[in-house]
Amino acid sequence: MGVHTAHNAESSDHAAVSHQFEDIGQQNEIYIVGMWTFLVTEIMFFGVLFFAYVLYRWKFGDVFYEAHKVLNVRLGFINTTVLLTSSLFMALGVRSAMLKNRKMTLFWLISVIVCAFAFMVIKYFEYSAKIAAHEIPGPFFQWHGPGSAGQAEIFFSLYFAMTGLHGIHVLIGIITLGILAWMVAVKHKAVDDYMPIEMFGLYWHFVDIVWIFLFPLFYLMPHG
Amino acid sequence: MKEETNSMPAHDAPQVNYLNWSHTVKSWLLTGDHKRIAMLYLISVSAFFLVGSAAAGLIRLELTSPRGVLLENETYNKIFTMHGVVMVFFFLIPAIPAILGNFLVPLMIGARDLAFPRLNLLSWYVYMAGGVCAVIAMMTGGVDTGWTFYTPYSSMYSKSQVVWAICGAFFAGFSSIFTGINFIVTIHKMRAPGLTWFRLPLFVWAQYATSVIMILGTPVIAITLLLVVVERTLHIGIFDPKLGGDPVLFQHLFWFYSHPAVYIMILPSMGVISELMACFSRKRVFGYSFVAFSSLAIAALGFLVWGHHMFVSSQSMYQGMVFSIISTVVAVPSAIKVFNWTATMYKGSIRLETPMYYALGFLGLFLIGGLTGLYLSSMATDIHLHDTYFVVAHFHYVMVGGTIMGYLGGLHFWWPKMTGRLYSEFWGRLSAILVFLGFNATFMPQFVVGYLGMPRRYHYYYLMPEFQIWHVLSSFGSILLAVGFMLPAFYLTWSYLKGPKAGPNPWNATGLEWTTQSPPMSHNFDEPPIVTEEAYAYDAEAEEAEDIEEAPAAKPAHAPKPAGG
Repeated sequence: MGVHTAHNAESSDHAAVSHQFEDIGQQNEIYIVGMWTFLVTEIMFFGVLFFAYVLYRWKFGDVFYEAHKVLNVRLGFINTTVLLTSSLFMALGVRSAMLKNRKMTLFWLISVIVCAFAFMVIKYFEYSAKIAAHEIPGPFFQWHGPGSAGQAEIFFSLYFAMTGLHGIHVLIGIITLGILAWMVAVKHKAVDDYMPIEMFGLYWHFVDIVWIFLFPLFYLMPHG
Repeated sequence: MKEETNSMPAHDAPQVNYLNWSHTVKSWLLTGDHKRIAMLYLISVSAFFLVGSAAAGLIRLELTSPRGVLLENETYNKIFTMHGVVMVFFFLIPAIPAILGNFLVPLMIGARDLAFPRLNLLSWYVYMAGGVCAVIAMMTGGVDTGWTFYTPYSSMYSKSQVVWAICGAFFAGFSSIFTGINFIVTIHKMRAPGLTWFRLPLFVWAQYATSVIMILGTPVIAITLLLVVVERTLHIGIFDPKLGGDPVLFQHLFWFYSHPAVYIMILPSMGVISELMACFSRKRVFGYSFVAFSSLAIAALGFLVWGHHMFVSSQSMYQGMVFSIISTVVAVPSAIKVFNWTATMYKGSIRLETPMYYALGFLGLFLIGGLTGLYLSSMATDIHLHDTYFVVAHFHYVMVGGTIMGYLGGLHFWWPKMTGRLYSEFWGRLSAILVFLGFNATFMPQFVVGYLGMPRRYHYYYLMPEFQIWHVLSSFGSILLAVGFMLPAFYLTWSYLKGPKAGPNPWNATGLEWTTQSPPMSHNFDEPPIVTEEAYAYDAEAEEAEDIEEAPAAKPAHAPKPAGG
């Protein structure tokens, strides 16, 4: 269960305000601060990998440039588009939730799920192609391009670690979205208020922003 | 929430509180009550402390002879690794935030609970999951990397259960992230009416600073350790030197968290000491805002000093110089605190009760720990002292002398609030004295033997048999220390079961937590409290008296206090 969504299942009063809060206003404010605090930890999470990326790209720029040519820019571009579109749908979903338009909320949430799913499918094809071409780090790794094979392996280690961690976040997003959509569908009182969807929206935009950094760093490397 | 009529003898029948409203296992394991979660943490953290102490005992036994007593080399490595991993990740880091902080932060700010009770409960479960992983690592052969998990040994060569141990640390890290998020949001958004930032008890300030470190630092170690795991299992290796990777990058990332982690341990303890100093000197804390901001300063500076762990691992000299200077600067906010506590005691009406014994012990031990830290933050002396027992002694003075003294002091101070019972002052004082003496006897010799050149983590020292006397002294001290730690386990358990009842405020202390019953009811306060004065309004009466009489002798006269000095 996503820690940031399921907070009010069993309180008995109809407003779905947890017992430790005064009213829905305080609860919402606290939820949003909690979510932003959580996103700070997420930034630190990805920060480590970005730091490692900067270090190695600075050290092994030439080989990184050669290795990045192997990645499929077209698929990366499509995925970027898909994910950005999903963020638009997410924003529309939050708006519908604010306007208490349940049907449209559900529609937009499902649209986001579809986009996220499409993203993962494209990612799957990309990964399979890399594995088939022995471009996955480990005992089967082969490098035919110019430059050191070890350095290329580090490029692919970073590629798989960073897009992998991002992919895990997308997966968690799909699961949480599924739960949220189900809650909206059955008129669960936890989603009477727009806040759970707003909170998930913040998470989803964060995942999107991470990809916006990953895409140019891996797929669109300038020569030099 | 129906009352369970249980067969338990209801020895404190009338008052319903967070402990006795229900005795079912379910009511404990699914609780959202921050006080119950604190108690769950108290039990589990104490259990891990026992495990870590047992490992420490084995280490001390082994080192009494230059050729070892009992263990093989490999086993010795595993034992000190276990000691480090368990003590750091499962005792020191959660001890004060997760037990005292969990219990006290909502009470101190007048809230009904933390902002996210279920997240709080989840943090305990995640902590326990980490604990299970660590136990599995021990049971299936142990880990021999040291608690630092340095690559490439941990990622490529070690044949031991690195993955399980790292999972343990990883989960423990998440538990601490959850606690941090909860505290930050709660302290920002749930303070009682009138409780402005500068009326907050300093303990809350310290928890806040700690939480900032927890949420900024812990994700870094989590992902770094995860990278070691994927390197070991999936060969996705970015630290692998065979590929051109940089194992020192691991050290940078590791210490980026693990140095601030020392402040995760010490800052809450400093918060406890501020409370104790004020209450048992019957005075407001001298320089409140300096003490509050020094916590934040330590938290901020703590992120800029990690390089002092790497003076001898391929860091450039200039980098070393910068880290050396910033590390030395940390002494400033630390000293502000120590001076302010001393000034708090000055002309106070000091009452020497058990928590104050611990607080005074803290001052002594932290002073030694802090000052020896300066030897290690200066590059030139560090080259000599690096990786010797001097370092071991230094960080034990800070982490044990600092954290455990604060933790035990706080536990004794708030024990009547947590359980509603008093404990025996005699045994309390005795254990405080034993811990202080035993601690010094254990670690003072290690400064000497480290200075003489005994490296840390060594099993044998038969080429230098003259070191034996220091090791024997240290091991003897550790027995004393163990007795000092065991005593509270007994008399506090006795107090919980049979101790005399404590009123709501046995120490006559200020602070919202003392205004409610002991132990508090589930929702903490009958009426939401409203705060109209500063945190440490201890000397209000005395000041009035002084204004009239201009005579400091008037101080002992304001006397509704139970115990004499």
